[in-house]
Amino acid sequence: MSHTSYREALREAMRDALLRDPRVFLMGEDVGRYGGTYAVSKGLLAEFGPERIRDTPLSELAFVGAGIGAALGGLRPIVEVMTVNFSLLALDQIVNTAATLRHMSGGQCSVPLVIRMTTGAGRQLAAQHSHSLEGWYAHIPGIRVLAPATLEDARGMLWPALQDPDPVILFEHGQLYNVEGELAEDVEVDIHSARVRRSGHDVTLIAYGGLLGKALDAAEQLAQEGIEAEVIDLRVLRPLDDATLLASLQKTHRVVVVDEGWKSGSLAAEVVARLTEQAFYEFDAPPVRVCSAEVPIPYARHLEEAALPQVATIAAAVRTVCGT
Amino acid sequence: MIEFKLPSLGADMDEGKLLEWKIHPGDTVKRGDIVAIVDTAKAAVDVESWVDGTVRQLLIDIGDKVPVGTPIALLLAPGETAENAVLPARGAERRRISPAARKRAGELGVDLASLSGSGAEGAITLQDVEAKAVATATPAPDRGAEMRRAIAAAMSRSKREIPHYYLADTIPLRPALAWLERRNAELPVTERLLPAVLLLKAVALATRRYPEMNGHWIDGAFHAAPAAHLGVAISLRQGGLIAPALHDVAAKPLEVLMHELTDLVQRARAGSLRSSEMADPTLTVTNLGEQGSESVFGVIYPPQVALVGFGKVMERPWVEQGQCVAMPSVIASLSGDHRASDGHRGALFLAEIRQLLQQPDAL
Repeated sequence: MSHTSYREALREAMRDALLRDPRVFLMGEDVGRYGGTYAVSKGLLAEFGPERIRDTPLSELAFVGAGIGAALGGLRPIVEVMTVNFSLLALDQIVNTAATLRHMSGGQCSVPLVIRMTTGAGRQLAAQHSHSLEGWYAHIPGIRVLAPATLEDARGMLWPALQDPDPVILFEHGQLYNVEGELAEDVEVDIHSARVRRSGHDVTLIAYGGLLGKALDAAEQLAQEGIEAEVIDLRVLRPLDDATLLASLQKTHRVVVVDEGWKSGSLAAEVVARLTEQAFYEFDAPPVRVCSAEVPIPYARHLEEAALPQVATIAAAVRTVCGT
Repeated sequence: MIEFKLPSLGADMDEGKLLEWKIHPGDTVKRGDIVAIVDTAKAAVDVESWVDGTVRQLLIDIGDKVPVGTPIALLLAPGETAENAVLPARGAERRRISPAARKRAGELGVDLASLSGSGAEGAITLQDVEAKAVATATPAPDRGAEMRRAIAAAMSRSKREIPHYYLADTIPLRPALAWLERRNAELPVTERLLPAVLLLKAVALATRRYPEMNGHWIDGAFHAAPAAHLGVAISLRQGGLIAPALHDVAAKPLEVLMHELTDLVQRARAGSLRSSEMADPTLTVTNLGEQGSESVFGVIYPPQVALVGFGKVMERPWVEQGQCVAMPSVIASLSGDHRASDGHRGALFLAEIRQLLQQPDAL
């Protein structure tokens, strides 16, 4: 075990990949000399040189496209996009190209590309740097979408993502970079399953990414009141691991989904729809979603806090579902 | 469409178990007809209809236990037909039953219509269904224990909520008993009057001048009753007691009262009281009779506001015109609710009863 942070765990994952596979390289805005906007790649340029740690021009469209080309050409690129808001400039490359080439080439071409990007609010960065659009990517067939919420997943998800022959997007929540804790030396995780992070029998609390911690805090608070919540970390936003969710619902018969995205057309909506379709008769109360207010994320701290799911709102939703 | 709801049959009743339906779909029901027999903690009670109508649908099954206020049958109002009937808004709403509860109810054979929901917004949950299944499987509880529990609840509430005051007066009964003896000599044995009817009639007549003794204390205010429906405390052979109403005592001749009292006592002990008798008492009278003590100070049955007690009728030393004589007499007591009346008025009320009993031929 060693004491580390989410940021260091991500960096260590990249170091490890760069050391293990000469085809791996990192590119993005300011990942080299500046060390990454969130300092994730700090020190990598000195260690691996400018061929493998490449600063790019300010064009998401161009450097994501270049990453796709490199992947098609046999390399294993890691492309860092500063935030999910900026990734919209690369949507054409991701959705129309990376996600489709395997299918459009009849299986002849694969795009083993990993794109990392920051998502989420809570740091007073206002509406153009704070949105949670991972649900949009989870809509797209042909890509895998991951949301590491723990140090273990931050350290462990990159390598299997690089082994995936298809594009993988890794969403790093901006509020997690400074989270610290103990991490085992040998981390091995899968990139296909959801995980039960806390066991309980009264209600299933489904969360991912930056809100997993709040869901766990809410569960601890609720335990004081006699409500035992089972907290599930989705981890993989596409494809969703229905089996783990259904098994929990069959145990608790109640569901609350926590999602920093907006409620309308959200990943939370997808989770609820799947459970309802597959296990309607297991529900003992209507499923409830706790999502962000349907506004562009505000800059002012109190407004931003009010717009986001908080421990208190999550706990209140659970109480409603439990009829207390 | 009329929703026939399970009525409350007394302050100590919050649920009832259906023992028997006396109506069937299609039957015409008149006000006062017996609709069903419902078991309460104290007794099996004949529930009467308070409306005229035609039975459309029975909503609960024999053996179901439902809270007071639960719709148990739907009746068509006079003039309504099945086609033009309008369901009450609440009844028309689809009940909230969780999918899991519905599924489990199917597996366990639990009838959802008889359940009340404990979930959010009254939804029936898995837990409600499973609790019902367990309750159905549980053997019938001990009647004596339930009776004690019901009495305990009502009497505890009384002593918790009602500030009682107590008064007593010894009432000479020589004229009354002499009158009774003469009257009974004219009557066949089966119709002879007991002193109890004189006492009951006197109490009922006295409430005309002291209406604050006759009625109910509800939501912080006294509500006088339009007639004196005296609750007659009847001890049951299996233990416990019940105080069903003798209706409109002030308006009825003694012979009728005697007949009704005998009938009431018999039916109370046989366990076939009517819902109006359970729900209507406005003032309770407890009469200890020959086997009793000299006096009794009762606990008011909420939400009533008074209780009149009579001890044993016996000869007592009595000073009359400077002479000590043996006088048949009874100690009458009043337990009054100090929220509704004061001791001064209470004393006048007892004096009125005393006065009325001195002129038995006017009773």
